[in-house]
Amino acid sequence: MSAPPTIQDFTSRQYKYGFVTDIESDTVPRGLNEDVVRLISAKKNEPEFMLEWRLKAYRHWLTMKEPRWQNVRYPPIDYQDIVYYSAPKPKGQGPKSLEEVDPELLKAFGKLGIPLEEQKMLSGVAVDAVFDSVSVATTFKEKLAKAGVIFCSFSEAVQNHPELVKKYLGSVVPYSDNFFATLNSAVFSDGSFVYVPKGVRCPMELSTYFRINAENTGQFERTLIVAEEGAYVSYLEGCTAPMRDKNQLHAAVVELVALDDAQIKYSTVQNWYPGDAQGRGGIYNFVTKRGACRGRSSKISWTQVETGSAITWKYPSVILQGDDSVGEFHSVALTNNYQQADTGTKMIHIGKNTRSTILSKGISAGHGQNTYRGLVRIQKGATGSRNYTQCDSLLLGSNCGAHTMPYIEVKNTSSQVEHEASTSKIGEDQLFYCTQRGISQEDAVSMIVNGFCREVFKELPMEFAVEAQKLLSVSLEGSIG
Amino acid sequence: MTRTEPMLRIKNLRAKVGDKEILRGIDLEVGAGEVHAIMGPNGSGKSTLAQVLAGRETFEVTAGEVLYQGKDLLALSPEERAVAGIFMAFQYPVEIPGVGNLYFLRTALNALRKRRGEEELDAMDFLALAKEKMKLVAMDQSFTGRSVNEGFSGGEKKRNEIFQMAVLDPKLAILDETDSGLDIDALRTVANGVNGLRTEDRAMIVITHYQRLLNYIVPDRVHVISNGRIVKSGGRELALELEQQGYAQFEPPSRPGRAGGEAAR
Repeated sequence: MSAPPTIQDFTSRQYKYGFVTDIESDTVPRGLNEDVVRLISAKKNEPEFMLEWRLKAYRHWLTMKEPRWQNVRYPPIDYQDIVYYSAPKPKGQGPKSLEEVDPELLKAFGKLGIPLEEQKMLSGVAVDAVFDSVSVATTFKEKLAKAGVIFCSFSEAVQNHPELVKKYLGSVVPYSDNFFATLNSAVFSDGSFVYVPKGVRCPMELSTYFRINAENTGQFERTLIVAEEGAYVSYLEGCTAPMRDKNQLHAAVVELVALDDAQIKYSTVQNWYPGDAQGRGGIYNFVTKRGACRGRSSKISWTQVETGSAITWKYPSVILQGDDSVGEFHSVALTNNYQQADTGTKMIHIGKNTRSTILSKGISAGHGQNTYRGLVRIQKGATGSRNYTQCDSLLLGSNCGAHTMPYIEVKNTSSQVEHEASTSKIGEDQLFYCTQRGISQEDAVSMIVNGFCREVFKELPMEFAVEAQKLLSVSLEGSIG
Repeated sequence: MTRTEPMLRIKNLRAKVGDKEILRGIDLEVGAGEVHAIMGPNGSGKSTLAQVLAGRETFEVTAGEVLYQGKDLLALSPEERAVAGIFMAFQYPVEIPGVGNLYFLRTALNALRKRRGEEELDAMDFLALAKEKMKLVAMDQSFTGRSVNEGFSGGEKKRNEIFQMAVLDPKLAILDETDSGLDIDALRTVANGVNGLRTEDRAMIVITHYQRLLNYIVPDRVHVISNGRIVKSGGRELALELEQQGYAQFEPPSRPGRAGGEAAR
């Protein structure tokens, strides 16, 4: 029996955000060696400890092998064929306000639907816009500063708050962690830095839009978020990228630190260029995201909606160190055409009475391959801990695949682990039920998929939830008739 | 004798699934305001007929024609048929997890209205309409917050179908074994709902295996389908006759193994 038309039409959607902005890039030569690492550090005018750290990482990276255990396939990456640093060149002096920002850049943001000025006035969301590798516009700093919250680019943090950077950088994801995280540690160009002091509830949701622009520039972001005792912060990360023929490597690192009673909510909507219908081009998204619930009763939640990238490979994780700490992972991953995703989470229970929840929704269409890979480890001392895991997969069509690989290690007898998994197909019967009621096939698919993801969307901040639903519908767009 | 064109005219309709022919030449006419019951043993083609009329692609129409309001029904997609006023109450209503029951119905109603060039209903107006129609099948508020058919009992699912029918207000309603799996109270509730929707200009095709539904929904005509053909038609007394004698008399001699069925025991 042939698949309903909608499912074939899936492959016909176009990437909406494909365009290239013509801005002069200040790039270092292609390839990687110690000099390039030194050059990046020098260009950023970094203190000695940063250079040392980068070099340590680089030297360690040379001893490492690229991992191959993941359930994704891609041609070998030539690490000498990557440009490791690229910054938009300011015309004259660096911009001091939005008005001074390159108009081309602002136009690009406009096309992405991120009118900075408007956001500044209307939305109440501070945007640390990362264009290529350097943050060029940051808003709302004053209001945040009043609350004592530091929200700036990583480079600025290195200049203005070196003691904080020194204290927390690599404290969750050490420079030697894994091949891509180590590479990132050596060459990362910029990213975001958030510090919420003791007892402060961050007065607004913090948001960063990433965008890869210069051709063949590896994007190596580094984000560090620290919430001190009793602090709360919600951080939103969203991104789009222009159309490309050549695969682009993105190896970011995100580190979160939550002290006693602190709470960090980290939400991602990821929509990088997934490659065309034949699987050409597209971003390789190899990311290390990890949070440490260091304090008692602290809480970290990851919520992600992954619709883009040719390959997504990431496991936002939580180390539940503090007693009574809570880790959450809510994920929607959609793979279409020839996209591949190997994603999931790790919940490492160390403290007593720690709790974690994993809710993963994988959607595969076209020739997409979607793997959930998760680890729940409950250490001996983590008595009275609990985990609940639910992994649901939805298949559209018959050429795609869904795989679930849960790893569970429990080393005491007072803890509880629950795992539920389901795989379903958007049934011809569901589609017929909708169309019989007058709903078009396309709207029906979108409705069914959004329903499937509802539990995760509920976890997103309001404006992001709306965006995520739209994104999913766009990703499912095909023409009927 | 002059007669106005019936709402639905089925001529020599043949359909198959895979290599298996299920409908082998159905002829049927249904006029506005009429209720026709189609009865027959399991596997006779009753449900196939319903689904072919609603446009399910699982079945391939190999011959014949279906005129609905004088137009070629078979040329339309399922949603175009819905726009034209055809509604099918499913024998097995489908669950759609995460999609709110009322949200689903409003989306459907507005899709129909839009394609008919009518104004879409906003949330408030829709809620008022839905509340009124819920009374018809004695549905309580708790239905509204749940996902489409998810976790519904058999009776709730069937009531939900009739509720949807009431809101979507079709011209031709096809009820596919709406009585199956219902206890007597639920059957009565559903039948009352259906009777409340009988009007001068709405036609209904009621598909059932058992005559008991027809005690509550009294048909104008009864047709017996067997082996893909309508083998006998009559008034409502035909249903009673079947109740007593079973379907065995209509079974083709070439398939003796299937004779009888539940009704004969």
